[in-house]
Amino acid sequence: MSGDLSVHVEHLTRRFGAFTAVDGISFDIRAGEIWGFLGPNGAGKSTTIRILCGILAPTSGTATVLGFDVARDPEAVKLRIGYMAQGSSLWNDLTVEEHMRLYAGLFGLSGAKRRAAVEEWTARVGLTEQRGVLAGALPGGFRKRLALGCALMHRPQMLFLDEPTAGVDPLSRREFWDLIVGFADAGTTVMVTTHYMDEAEHCNRLALIYGGKIVARGTPSELKRAPDAGVTVEILSERNVAILDALDGVPFVRSAALAGASLHVTVDDRRDVDGLRALLEGRGFDAGPLRDVTPSLEDVFASVVRSP
Amino acid sequence: MNWRRVLTIAMKEYRQFFRDHRTVAATMLMPLIQVVLYGYLSSDVRYQPTIVWDLSRTAESRHLLDAFANSQYFSFVARAHAMRDVVRAIDGGTALAGIVIPPDYARQIHDKKKPEVMVAVDASDATAARTALSVADAVGNSMTQRLVIRQMRLAGVRPPSVGIDVRTRAWYNPGLRQEVFIVPGVLALVMQFTMTFLSMSTIVRERELGTLEQLVVSPIRSGELMLGKMLPLITIGYINLTTILLFAVFWFRVPVAGSVVLLYVTVFLFFFTTLGLGTLVSTIAKTYIQATQLIQFFLMPSMLLSGFIFPVDAMPPVLRAASYFVPLTYFLTIVRGIIIKGVGLEYLWRQIALLTLFGVVVFTVAVLRFRKRID
Repeated sequence: MSGDLSVHVEHLTRRFGAFTAVDGISFDIRAGEIWGFLGPNGAGKSTTIRILCGILAPTSGTATVLGFDVARDPEAVKLRIGYMAQGSSLWNDLTVEEHMRLYAGLFGLSGAKRRAAVEEWTARVGLTEQRGVLAGALPGGFRKRLALGCALMHRPQMLFLDEPTAGVDPLSRREFWDLIVGFADAGTTVMVTTHYMDEAEHCNRLALIYGGKIVARGTPSELKRAPDAGVTVEILSERNVAILDALDGVPFVRSAALAGASLHVTVDDRRDVDGLRALLEGRGFDAGPLRDVTPSLEDVFASVVRSP
Repeated sequence: MNWRRVLTIAMKEYRQFFRDHRTVAATMLMPLIQVVLYGYLSSDVRYQPTIVWDLSRTAESRHLLDAFANSQYFSFVARAHAMRDVVRAIDGGTALAGIVIPPDYARQIHDKKKPEVMVAVDASDATAARTALSVADAVGNSMTQRLVIRQMRLAGVRPPSVGIDVRTRAWYNPGLRQEVFIVPGVLALVMQFTMTFLSMSTIVRERELGTLEQLVVSPIRSGELMLGKMLPLITIGYINLTTILLFAVFWFRVPVAGSVVLLYVTVFLFFFTTLGLGTLVSTIAKTYIQATQLIQFFLMPSMLLSGFIFPVDAMPPVLRAASYFVPLTYFLTIVRGIIIKGVGLEYLWRQIALLTLFGVVVFTVAVLRFRKRID
């Protein structure tokens, strides 16, 4: 395995009874990159992350993290990674500082080293003023930052973030991403799952997972330009919502979604744009110019998932 | 075993426990409430409300009634004027016993005949009824004896001094105080309850909240995590033991006849069993509610089979065999042996050995399952 790969996954499968959560996926994460894992809830993102963190055994396939096989040597993996689980991973009845002290202790720091680490990381995630506040009393964005600080305290080479910004207001999300990008620039490899497509733009590379399978991958711009991404046009009409309804179930329309004041419609190829125009006019809509637009990742995702 | 990590977890648990005032109050007060309730409720069946229908209304009948009252087991609450009144009082529960003295009671005594006195007892509660009936029997016997002696004296005969003189001695509990027996039992019962529930809640709650995953993904080993969680609980257990013991000694005047040190050491073995049990249940249950329901399958029978209320020796063979699989049985024998009888290792080593065995097995299985559940 190549030395500059932080994660190497081959034919990874995990079943829960009859349900296959992760279905033979393979991917690599290069050292120092931010690698995004996109998909709807239940697609297999969290299961994959848990396997990579060494807390869930794979059913078949192999995964190595920082050179260690996660199934054979999970403890070696745990020592070197940071993990921020989905949802609440904090103790509401412990303060910010107590969280920091707890994590420092778990990773074997003591005495002056522990105090220094607690102080440094409390400051780095911007919670010095809140050090005595119970986690349960912190607003959402602060909670995420505390969890991030806890996950990073032992200076892991690799950071796993499972839906780190779910339920956080937009401003806090941006602050949070600034932190993540900062750590990645400093050399930490980051794997992050999200279903906010706008956040995926922060990633160096990403993969789309759906039904346990990776359905598309590449850099954000590659994904948008991929040949099978179809053609996305913008419709400017005052009757967006009615048009959206009218397009429901039309075979060549891969996806249609509101994007601000306009409507983004992705069709299979160039010829279908004329078909779309004909259809709209036939139903009495004033479709306007139907301008080509660069699809957002959301369009890409919706179109990849719809296409057979 | 990395002690720094164990200590880190222990500190976290201490903080969380003492920050949660409701749990602290419940954990500290529940044992005391139980000891006080059991201690007072276990007092003897005395002063049973009794209705009297005295048809004789003579010095002799009053003499008999005095004897009943002096026994302290009967307390006269009403006077009946017809059998109907007696039946109604017992039916309605205002009286638990009825005494009926026939109109010719005094005359029959003078005629040297045997008058019949009726004592009816509400035997719904068989234990209380049995006591009342045997006391009534004893009252009758001693009255008869006195009458015989008096009549012999009247006839100028010296009463014979033959007969068997049975001298009874109540060892260990000369005052025959029920609380001396019950309070040490409650101590054992409370320890079992507190320890299983606390260990269950510390693990299942953490899983419910999703924080267990955070701990599992850290380099801590499952043995260290479990030990870190158990240490504070053991301290809480010892605090409980001490408060109950102080209450038993200074409030209920239950003397501790044996070695307090031995008691504290053997309690530690019992902690292992109960904490292991709580952990085991929390590896099976998915939620706290489920765990509390599951543990009842163990706590209920263990209370009944351990000899806490019903003596093990009086159980049918199958149940007696089952009681050997209840660790509380051994712990009760040990606690009562030390507190009431004042015996030590020389008599209790068998129970202590079996309790140790139980603790080791349950705790090992719990640690192993705990590790698996993390998966």
